[in-house]
Amino acid sequence: MKHRHIIGCLVAGALCAGPAAAQELTGTLKNIKDTGAITLGYRDSSIPFSYLDDNQKPIGYAMDICYKIVDAVKKELKLDKLEVKLNPVTSSTRIPLLANGTIDLECGSTTNNVERQKQISYTNTHFLTASRYVTKKASKINSIDDLKGKPVVSTAGTTNIKQLTEANAARNLNINIIPAKDHAEAFLMVETDRAVAFVMDDILLASLVAGSKAPGDYVISKDAFSKPEPYGIMLRKDDPAFKKVVDAATAALYTGGEGQKIYDKWFTQKIPPKGLNLNTPISAELKNEFAKPSDSPDPDSYK
Amino acid sequence: MFDNLDFDVIRRSLPYLFLDGMSFTLMLTGLSALGGLIFGTLIALMRLSGYRLLGRVAGLYVDFMRSLPLVLVIFWFYFLVPYIGQWLTGASRPIRVGAFTSSLVTFIMFEAAYFSEIMRAGIQSISKGQPAAASALGLTYSQSMRYIVLPQAFRNMLPVLLTQTIVLFQDTSLVYVLSIPDFLGAASKVAQRDGRLVEMYLFAAAVYFVISCVASYGVRRLQARIAIVR
Amino acid sequence: MNYNWNWHIFFEPNPTGAGTYLDMLVAGLLLTIKTALLAWVIALIFGTIIGILRSLPSRTASWIGFCYVEFFRNMPLLVQLFLWFFVLPELLPRAAGLWLKQLPNAPFWTAAIGVGLFMSARVAVQLAAGIGSLPRGQKNAATALGLTTAQGYRYVLLPMAFRIILPPLTSEFLNTIKNTSVAITIGLIELTGQARAMQEFSFQVFEAFTAATVMYLAINIVVVTGMRFLERSLAIPGYITGK
Repeated sequence: MKHRHIIGCLVAGALCAGPAAAQELTGTLKNIKDTGAITLGYRDSSIPFSYLDDNQKPIGYAMDICYKIVDAVKKELKLDKLEVKLNPVTSSTRIPLLANGTIDLECGSTTNNVERQKQISYTNTHFLTASRYVTKKASKINSIDDLKGKPVVSTAGTTNIKQLTEANAARNLNINIIPAKDHAEAFLMVETDRAVAFVMDDILLASLVAGSKAPGDYVISKDAFSKPEPYGIMLRKDDPAFKKVVDAATAALYTGGEGQKIYDKWFTQKIPPKGLNLNTPISAELKNEFAKPSDSPDPDSYK
Repeated sequence: MFDNLDFDVIRRSLPYLFLDGMSFTLMLTGLSALGGLIFGTLIALMRLSGYRLLGRVAGLYVDFMRSLPLVLVIFWFYFLVPYIGQWLTGASRPIRVGAFTSSLVTFIMFEAAYFSEIMRAGIQSISKGQPAAASALGLTYSQSMRYIVLPQAFRNMLPVLLTQTIVLFQDTSLVYVLSIPDFLGAASKVAQRDGRLVEMYLFAAAVYFVISCVASYGVRRLQARIAIVR
Repeated sequence: MNYNWNWHIFFEPNPTGAGTYLDMLVAGLLLTIKTALLAWVIALIFGTIIGILRSLPSRTASWIGFCYVEFFRNMPLLVQLFLWFFVLPELLPRAAGLWLKQLPNAPFWTAAIGVGLFMSARVAVQLAAGIGSLPRGQKNAATALGLTTAQGYRYVLLPMAFRIILPPLTSEFLNTIKNTSVAITIGLIELTGQARAMQEFSFQVFEAFTAATVMYLAINIVVVTGMRFLERSLAIPGYITGK
């Protein structure tokens, strides 16, 4: 017990708030212990956060973080074996599937905002990104206003499509908004000229462009629909015991320097399946956040 | 027009398409057909039971399911099944249900409505003298159903049941909306990853076409054989 | 069930800036109806042509009809929509493909045509069966009256056959309405699509889907009631369904 407690404190750092094991298990932790399994929700094409490799196995930056969380949960529950189940989710299904218990953690590229926090919780932020759009250079779109009256695609169920919808109404742009099932499908709509632009978080756009057949044909906008917003791994709301374990695990990961290593692996080195290098060194804001992990939905708190 | 197509992408992804995708589709089709048939037969028996309330409930279920688009039903069940599980087992939180189980429950519940109509027609096609003779022989209701009526109804309706199963096989492709990797889902994942929509979708269409064609040809042959025996 | 019900959500403003969530769903309902009606017109036109071909004595004609029906019946609707939407424009010459892709409301037209052709195969089968069920004397009588084959179909066979197959056509029309929901996969935001969008924006999953369910039931009831009137007024005297 004493030994455990020390490890717990090391892991949790400043967040360590006493022996959790003494309490009766509740919520997700109890469920995991009872079934001996934890289910991770993964994405098809949120490169490099959570996507399928050549063997159609989900990999990525957020998946790596989730596996670290799984290790911490295993340790917390003193399990010898913890089975990890994987369940595909889309932007549209991830919140209901988390709420209804199909998945326990959503490992992807989900924007953390106040509205969603009413439904679900997030652990510490793992990325910051702003909402922009990608177009073909040939279509000569220079500003959001140039999108007026044109078909524009975004992924159903994202904050981006909501921001686009709101901007469309507020600025009278008369854009024909097409919802797509996932990022890859949305990008293909631009590639095949079904839509002139794809509104999405800039990091995801950058990876889709880099992985496309002709990366030189595309340009990502300067104009943004939002400030850089935080990404978090989602877990169920009103489950403080589970959140404490997950928060402690991610905090330890980020403050201990291992977070930076995982970041570098996915953002500054070649990644499968095509050996792309995204060449996106860690931003000053994210570096600050790694030093002081936070699950705040407020973009301004990351400055 | 075919100059910049790369059909090699199909060869490279064959193991994934068939070992993962097609086996998911076939397993889902087979188990849903079986479950739908069992459940549908029960519903048909309820409708023909002569108990007013029972018949009415069964009839409402069938009409309700048949009024809704499958896509909507798929969304409903994917989100609702864990809560139903919680309610059935009296657990304190929603039951964890995987993608396959959830789709299976969806298709069984949905197809049961269609299979029940087929079985109802099948049961009604048996002349009244048969159950009457059965009860004269001292068979109970369930015995007469089990040994006399249902086997004949099933046999008479076999071609229609199989045709409905072919429809079901095609309908399972709709789990695409949930990103579940069935055959079409697998094809679209490869298509989107490699930017090879044209090749993969043509291939998927061809595979569905060939399987459905061969199956419906088989059903026609079977129908002809059964018709002669009768 | 630990789920926060909020039935007032329907009267809260939606993020499109135009009205409430209920307005969003109603817009979806109208689009479902519009798409289904256009698809149904296409299904009836093509279904009639193919149905007639299948019933003609000519071998070639019935072979063409057979191939058409098999083609559209043996592929999932979803795959057919993908073929129309994603594959066809790429196989056309570049300019034509581009024109097709940049049509305004491309998902709507693709959905209506795709669902329409899919359903036309089923209409054709029903019609061919309807024509086949007519006594041979009808056709012979038409010929004896000096009617050409075309006139025979126009004035004798088709009016009879369509009235006989009205009940199965009703359920095919209902299928057409339901099948339009498959078009959410090509970006058509009809009723199911709006319900999904409402769920995404408001997080009220079950309210959104309940409303869509109620609307589908309502369409069904309206269509079934309407068709029953039509069936009664068109019933053929002397047939079982007749007066």
